[in-house]
Amino acid sequence: MKVGVLALQGDVREHISSLIACGVDPISVRRIEELRSVEALVIPGGESTTIAQLAEHYELLQPIRTRISEGMPTYGSCAGMILLADRVLDAIDGQKTFGGLDITVRRNAFGRQVDSFESDIDFNDGGKEKVHAVFIRAPWVEEIGKDISVLATVTSPDGQSHPVAVRGGNLLATSFHPELTGDHRIHHYFIEEIARPALVRGRDR
Amino acid sequence: MSQVTGTGRVKRGMAEMLKGGVIMDVVNAEQAKIAEDAGAVAVMALERVPADIRAEGGVARMSDPDMIEKIQAAVSIPVMAKARIGHFVEARILESLGVDYIDESEVLTPADYENHIDKWDFKVPFVCGATNLGEALRRINEGAAMIRSKGEAGTGDVSNAMQHMRKIGGEIRRLSSMREDELYVAAKEMQAPFELVKEVAANGKLPVVLFTAGGIATPADAALMMSMGADGVFIGSGIFKSGNPAQRAAACVKATTFFDDAKVLAQVSRGLGEAMVGINVADLPAPHRLAERGW
Repeated sequence: MKVGVLALQGDVREHISSLIACGVDPISVRRIEELRSVEALVIPGGESTTIAQLAEHYELLQPIRTRISEGMPTYGSCAGMILLADRVLDAIDGQKTFGGLDITVRRNAFGRQVDSFESDIDFNDGGKEKVHAVFIRAPWVEEIGKDISVLATVTSPDGQSHPVAVRGGNLLATSFHPELTGDHRIHHYFIEEIARPALVRGRDR
Repeated sequence: MSQVTGTGRVKRGMAEMLKGGVIMDVVNAEQAKIAEDAGAVAVMALERVPADIRAEGGVARMSDPDMIEKIQAAVSIPVMAKARIGHFVEARILESLGVDYIDESEVLTPADYENHIDKWDFKVPFVCGATNLGEALRRINEGAAMIRSKGEAGTGDVSNAMQHMRKIGGEIRRLSSMREDELYVAAKEMQAPFELVKEVAANGKLPVVLFTAGGIATPADAALMMSMGADGVFIGSGIFKSGNPAQRAAACVKATTFFDDAKVLAQVSRGLGEAMVGINVADLPAPHRLAERGW
């Protein structure tokens, strides 16, 4: 399976290492030809405004939207979650996303860097162990559409529970950064439970 | 479900998210907005850019909290601010304002000529400058979560940044080629903790993100630094002391991502108008060289 990591800005290297640990051979994607050559895509952590701007200027915004709408399995962490969301709160004027996930995401929802945190959370992939999750100026999901499943939640200081991992069709998004911990369970879930089955279905069609 | 803040991982991780990006010096909310719209990954809020600090002289200190808060209100990207070397009270003030990163910076006048800030003691992460690997590792040992190579800030002359990137890179390569029993002496010589020296030798890189700073004025300068192994760049005076800041800022962002693509670099380098005038580092009298501050 050919998996790409969008490499316009952000922690590309960490996602590449995590994917290699899951037994796939990832490439970095900065150009349209590279996008065409991959079957699945990971959008890294970084600054969503920077990545969106570069994607638009280097003519990746629309092609990625098109690939997502055609069913390309895609996983986004943190900024990647924002970029996969159909709606973004606390965005800058005119901020664009690839979209595809019927969710509303709030940027920097947990606060500033001094509020960034680590926590052990339940991840609803059938596993019993908790996932150690690292949240850095992280977004959360404010609203979900009807076809979205929530895989993990976190309680904010005001006692409210917020989705921090969601899946909709072939798209997966997390507020946290599994690429920073050396635990490859989320990447494994994306590759084995989402991407591979989707590609097999695609070939059978 | 316990949530732990201020850990080494969230501090260092924050810098990982900035990789491949440009952090721009801004002195007001309008400039901050221009930087954000141009694709900056963060802004550095300060009262005077290094070129003006250099021109005006005097003691350079932490910025006015009002000014920092206005910038925080204006943008959604991370906001960094500078504290004087060793001035842990300025750092506490910046932390209380909720800045996302503190630069313990030689661009400001040092408050302590012996000690740096004990950065482990803070929730907010710190970036520190370094001219060589030993200096970088001493800063990491004090809790820095990100390193930037020092250049000669406020000059528009990239030669110092180049020299320090080559030096840090060269020393890392040298460590990687050594036998483990030679690392003790290497640690002694570079006056760095053995455990960190060993870690660098094993991994062939610093344990934290390495940006570069000082004297970067053009998209080609930014790309040069990325080619030398920088994870990203700080641009200080280079943008808002130039003829067309918005366009130059966007060009530097693109050049940082496509640093290895000469066609893109040629395209973004066109028609940028005047670059900052610049000063040759060699023409600066030694007491005015900022990169030599810090130890």
